[in-house]
This record gives sequence, C-alpha cells and structure tokens, in this order.
Amino acid sequence: MTVPAAYHLGLSAVLFSLGMVGVLVRRSALVVFMSIELMLNAVNLTLVTFSRVHAAVDGQVLVFFILVVAATEVVIGLAIIVDIFRSRDTVDVDDVDLLRG
Amino acid sequence: MSYAVAIPLLPLLGWVAIGLAGGRWGRRATAVIACGTVVAAFGVALLLLRDVLALPPAGRSVGIGLYEWFGAGQIRIPLRLLIDPLSVGMALVVSGVGALIHIYSVGYMAEDEGFARYFAYLNLFMAAMLWLVLAGNLVVMFIGWEGVGLCSYLLIAFWFTRPAAARAGVKAFIVTRLGDVGFLLGIFLAFAVFGTTDFTVMTRTAASRLAEGGATATLLALLLFAGATGKSAQLPLYVWLPDAMEGPTPVSALIHAATMVTAGVYMIVRMHAVYLRAPLAMEVVAVVGAVTAIFAAASALVEPDLKRVLAYSTISQLGYMFVAVGVGAWSAGIFHLTSHAFFKALLFLAAGAVMHALAGETDMRRLGGLARPLPRTAAAFAIGALALAGIPPLAGFFSKDLVLSDAFHRGHTWVWAIGLIASGLTGVYIARAFILTFVVPPAAPWRVPPHDPPRVMGMPMGVLAALTILGGALGWSFVHPGVLDRFLQPVAAAGSATPFARALETLNAHPGVREGVLLEVSVAVAVVGIALAWLVYARRVLRVKMPAVHEVLAHQFYVEDLYAIAVVGPTRALARLAAGFDRRVIDGGVTAVARGIGSAGAGLRRLETGYLRDYAAYVVVGVLLILAYWALR
Amino acid sequence: MPAALFGLVACLALAGGVGVIVSRRPVHSALALLIVLGSLAVDYLLLDAQFVAVLQVIIYAGAIVVLFVFVIMLLGARSGEGPKIGAMLPVPLAVLLGALFGAGLIAAVANAPRAWPPVAQGFGTVQQVGRALFSTFLLPFEAASLVLLIGLIGAVALGKRLPPIPPGPSPAVSREQVASGRAPR
Repeated sequence: MTVPAAYHLGLSAVLFSLGMVGVLVRRSALVVFMSIELMLNAVNLTLVTFSRVHAAVDGQVLVFFILVVAATEVVIGLAIIVDIFRSRDTVDVDDVDLLRG
Repeated sequence: MSYAVAIPLLPLLGWVAIGLAGGRWGRRATAVIACGTVVAAFGVALLLLRDVLALPPAGRSVGIGLYEWFGAGQIRIPLRLLIDPLSVGMALVVSGVGALIHIYSVGYMAEDEGFARYFAYLNLFMAAMLWLVLAGNLVVMFIGWEGVGLCSYLLIAFWFTRPAAARAGVKAFIVTRLGDVGFLLGIFLAFAVFGTTDFTVMTRTAASRLAEGGATATLLALLLFAGATGKSAQLPLYVWLPDAMEGPTPVSALIHAATMVTAGVYMIVRMHAVYLRAPLAMEVVAVVGAVTAIFAAASALVEPDLKRVLAYSTISQLGYMFVAVGVGAWSAGIFHLTSHAFFKALLFLAAGAVMHALAGETDMRRLGGLARPLPRTAAAFAIGALALAGIPPLAGFFSKDLVLSDAFHRGHTWVWAIGLIASGLTGVYIARAFILTFVVPPAAPWRVPPHDPPRVMGMPMGVLAALTILGGALGWSFVHPGVLDRFLQPVAAAGSATPFARALETLNAHPGVREGVLLEVSVAVAVVGIALAWLVYARRVLRVKMPAVHEVLAHQFYVEDLYAIAVVGPTRALARLAAGFDRRVIDGGVTAVARGIGSAGAGLRRLETGYLRDYAAYVVVGVLLILAYWALR
Repeated sequence: MPAALFGLVACLALAGGVGVIVSRRPVHSALALLIVLGSLAVDYLLLDAQFVAVLQVIIYAGAIVVLFVFVIMLLGARSGEGPKIGAMLPVPLAVLLGALFGAGLIAAVANAPRAWPPVAQGFGTVQQVGRALFSTFLLPFEAASLVLLIGLIGAVALGKRLPPIPPGPSPAVSREQVASGRAPR
C-alpha cells in the first residue's frame, strides 16, 4: 500500500519548519545557510509530491530549476560569507549589526 | 471730462518713478518729478474748473466711470469719480497747497538722506488725497481714506530710527483705525439702506429712503462721523495729532493741517443729504466740534513746543469746521477749511523755517528774539497768527466769523458761545507762540547765527501769505452770498429739498440782533486775547499763577492718561494673553505633535536592532499573521 | 514495502534535519544535511521522480555539501558562533514560532487526496523530463544556463584579492575591535 500524499507533505512541512527554526536560532552564517538549504529541499519534496498527485511532470521540471538556482545561490552566498569573514574575522551573524537604528 | 483721472494719477506715477529709481537719479531729478506731478495736477484741476464753470449751474455734476471693480449679488462697486464744484474746489486746494509744500520741501529736506523716499511718500499721499476728493462713491473714497492714513503713518515715522517718531506713527495709525471701523460700518449700513454708496444716488434718494430723525439715518450719520472723528482729530480720537509732529514740518503742514485732517469735514459735506435726515446727529457733530475747539485751545495755552501748539490749534480749528457742518452751514465749513489750509500751512512752514535755521529746535523755552535775524519768517508767522486769531481783513476772520454767525443764527447759541470763548483762547495762545518765539529775548545766545530760509522755501510761504491776505474775498457773505457760497450752491442744493433743510437755510433765531454786533464781538474777543498774551508774556506785567489749572492743562486734561488706563493697558494685557496662548497652546500643540512623532520614532527604532535573526523573526511573524487571516476567512 | 521504506526515509530525514539545526560544530551540521539530502533522494524515487532523485544526489549531495565543507575548512575554527549573543530573539520563542508555522502547514495539507492516479510507464524518467525541458520549458532552461553563468562570474569576482589567512587569536573578537579595524586579519 502506498503512502498517502499527506504524509509526504507532512514530512515536507516538518522539514521546512525545522529549517526555519534553524534560521532563527543559529548564529553561524554557514549553519543558517544550511538551514535555508533544508527549507529549499522541503519545498522540492512538496513539488515532487504534487507532480505525482496531478500526474504532470511540470513539478519535477520546476524542481530542476530550483536545483539550478540553489546551486548558484550557494556559490555566491558562500563567496559573500568568505568575504565578510575576511574583513571582520567572524561569521557570527550577530556581529554584523551595522543596520542598527 | 474723463481726463480728471489724471489729477490723482500724475502723483501716483510720480510715486512709482521716484520710489523705484529716485535714489539713483539724484536729488534734482527727484525734486523736479515730485513737484512737477503735483503742479501738473493743479493745472489739470484748473482745466477742470474751467470746464465745470462752462456747464449750467444745475448740471454741474458729472460722474466718470473708470472701471467696474467688483460686485456680489445686487451690489456693484464701480470705480467712479464725481466732478462737481465741491470736488473741483477741494482738488484745487489740495493740489495747490500741496504743490507749494512740495517746493518748500525741496529746501527743507535738502540735507536729508531719505530725500527720495520722502518725495515718493509725499507724492503717494497726494495721489491718495486727490483720489479721496474726487471719489464718486463711499468705497472709492475709502480707498483714498486708507491711502492717506497709510502715508500719514509713513511720513510721521519718516525718521523711523527715532523711537518717538516710530511710536507716533503707530499711534496715529491705530487711533485713526478706531475711527475707520465706524466708517466701515457706516459704509455697510449705507449699502443696506441704499443698495449702493454712490454719492449722486444717495443725495437724490436720501429723503425718500430715510425717515427724518429716524434711527437708521442717525446711526448712519454717527457711524460716518466716527470715521471723521478719527481722521480729523476730534474728541476723543484726537490724541494722535500732537504726537504726529514728530514728522518733518512740511508733512505737518500738508497732511496734518491742510489736507488729510480735512477729509472728515469733506466727507460730511458730501453726505449732507443723509445728515439732513438726522438732526440729532448734526447736533452731536456741532457739539463735539465746539467742545473740541475749546478743549484743544485750552491745551495749547501752556504747551511749550511750538509745533504742538500749532497741532492743538489745528484740532481746535477743525472743531470749528465741524460746528459749521453740524449746523448745516456747508459752504461755511468748506470756506473755513480752505482759509485754514492757507494760514495753517503758512504757520507750519514758518515754524519749519525757524527749525531749519536753528537745527530743529522747537521748544519755545529755548527760542526767542528771532524777529531781527528772521524778519521774513516773522512776518509770515505774524500774518498767519493774525488770520488764525480772526483779525480782519485776513481770510481767517471771514471764515471763522461766518461759522460762528451761522451757528448763532440757526439757534445754536451755546455752541456759538463756546466757539467765541475758544476764539479768545486762540488769540492768547497764538500770540503767546509768536511772542515767545520772535519777540522776547532767548534764554541763551545762539551758537549758530540764524538766518532767513532760502528762496525755495520762502516762495511758497510768500504765496500762502498772499492767499491768506486775499482769501477773504472768497467768502464775504454778510450781505450777499459770497463767491464760494454761490460756487457750491448746486452741491448744497441737491438733497436739501426737505422742510428741515429749507428751514435751516432761512432760520434766524435771533432776528433782533444786528449782523454787525456779532462781527464786533468776535473781533473784540480776539483782540482782548492777543492783548492779554502781550501783557503776560511780552511785558510781564500780568502774572497768572494758577498752578492747579496749569497742571490740568499741561496734562491735556489727563486724556492721554485716561487712554493709557482704559484702552492701552487692557489692550496690552489682552495681547500678552493672546501671545501666551499662541505660544503655549498653539505652538505647544504643534511642538507636542512633533515631539510625539519623535518619541514614536524613537520607540520604533528599538525594533531596528540590526540583527539578522530578529528581522527573520519579524518575517515569520508576518507570515503567520497572513496565514491566520486566510485560515479564519 | 513502500510504506516501511517511507517510514525509514522519514525518520532519517527528520533526524538529519534536527541534526542540522542542533549540532554545535558546522561540520556536523553539514554531515546531517547530507543525511537529509540522501533520504530525500530515496523519497523521490518512491514518488516516481528518478531524474530528480539522481540530480539531487549529484548536485546537492555531491556539489553543494562539498562546497559547504570546503568553506568550513577554509574558515577553520571561526566557522562557528561567538560567545556573545546580540539579538533579542530567545530560543524558545523561535521554536514556538516554528512549531506554529509547522502546525499551520500540516493543517493545510492534511486533506490532500488519498488516492494516487495512475501514471504512464515513463513518468519522471530522464526522457520525459528532458522532453518537457526542451519543448515547453525551453526559455526557462536557457535562462537557467544564463543564471549559472552569472553565478560563475559573480563568484570569481567576489573571490578575488585573496590575502593569506593568518592563524588568529581566540574567536572572541569583540564588535568594537572589528568595527575599528584593529581586529587582526
């Protein structure tokens, strides 16, 4: 017996929430980034699930593109983090508070 | 006859030209332009006189419409001029005396830095006064009324760096403002009654629209008189005129003797049809005039400043003019206005010559013995003084006596008596002024030897002296109606068709009294006054010691102090209250709003922590709220 | 059988997810992320998405996580968190927000259809996805290649000027030191 779609979607929801908590709680920029990747993967799972539910391959195509963009984003994001590290010697996001009002 | 608009227009252009470029063009050009415009206006007025005389007497009233100014509903206010013997006569007097004083000013103000500014203001004044005199309805007249008030303020406070002058200018403006309120209310009432303020219409329909002796007529007459009280310095709004002597002497001569202060008298004569419907108001006018006459004459008795003596004298003589119009003697009032313009301007110009020779000294306690070094000035002052006192055959005698005899014959015996006593006092104070200035030796010798004024100042004085001597011919009317009377007859006749008016004309309350008796009494009183002054001040034979009376007179019956307590004090307190309210409540309210926004901003700023995690949390909270909204919908 | 497999996958994914956000050292978080990615790849296979599953392994697990690990090693000891906490968001509150959000999502997806419609034989294969990519989604496909190019250029541009990173003092570099520029580079 196959698992109903709701379980896949539930897993996705929980993973997304975990990722969100990680963004809110962790202070290392790298871990925050990884939490964001977690959230992206949760979304991918949702898309694949619905692609199967509606028997249309469009969802998987969208996942393909998300993968591409996620890769690019990671590259550039890590480059930025390394840059910040070079100038401030820290990747703690609580140390970067120049926008303080 | 529409060229008449050039009469006020020429000085107005003079004001514009001198005001904009007078400083750059130099004194000669400024003087030529300033005097030229007024002389030209006088020339145009002469042309106008010729054209008016060419018309038949009944038709000597021409309206000139210039421009439909504005209107609302039924009411239309056009810019109209009225050309009739009265306005032409006034225009001649105003522009003629004005021209002479402009020429005099060229000499008097030659050393002054503000030469161009002075002539700009003076030309503007001429424009406004001529506009007032030629006006065809009350609103147009009011434009000129306000204009002369403004120029009076500008010229009184001409040397504005002197605090006394600045205060005097403000005082003049504010006090006349009080009168102007009444004037404005009168204009509104006139609109309500007549639907228009056109003089011709009002004169024609006054009898039909206003009940004789009714409340409306009386109220209208009194409101307009309130304006006249302010402008013409009658009780109780006269207090600005003595202080107005802070201005240059030619200004005092022109504005505060010959022209602006006569606007009130002129206005009443213009509105005589309305006044004839309100006998009570006329009575009030006459009484106020008489009381003012004697009050001011008494105040002049102990005044040490020469110009202020002349100022009180002006107030007193204006009182006579109001007596004249109050008893319905319109042409007598205008006649006294004209002759007063001549001799009072002459007196002021002579006083100016004295000041010019002695670097601005006006306190008679420091003057004296000037008859020898300033013979021509002394002669001019003497002529003016005799005219003022009412000694024949000078113009002042004829006009003042005409006023008094008209009052007597029309039954206002008390008014006549008060006027007579005031005449005596007039003789005393002006003789005193002459003696103290020119006869008795000075307290200390002169530092700079004084001399007669230059020709540019002396010529106008000579012309005015001649006019004073010959001016009596205008009004000699004891047996026949005089020249002026006949000239003004069409004006006086219009609107005088009511029984009351006719009765006024023909009334003789004391038929038994011979005309000559009144004459002799007047002259005798004047001579007694002069002789009294001679004995007290020149010969020092009589010593009058009445310290209490002297105190009261020296403080002008404490009227100024009364004003300070009753009007100025409460007004200042109210102003302080209003200022405090403005500062604390209104400004405080606005500041409080600003401060509130500032503190709100400061409060909100605490959300801008600069931390990524906090901003992420805000996003999550927002998303949750949106989800909740969708879920609950 | 698929249900049990799904159960295993779900447990692994959840454990990995928790591991990502909980681990003290970034390296451990990266490894936990790897576990999540692998489990999800299996889950894709369960959902007839072969191509996506393979891509997941190649790109995510094979490239992205490797990149993460590289950077962690580059940054060395300072890739973690400092002792001072600046933001005002307390941890329990964050967990609560996350829980609320998760509850909301689960409530939203709870009534998804139970029955799976039948699919054709080649559903989710490379051929089918490829055919869709090169016909219907051609424009986004080309745009995606452009995105990759731009990312490449950006990374190179950001990565220039590389001074050597000296061995530094303790990670407790204060804010003031960093801001005034007196922190050792």
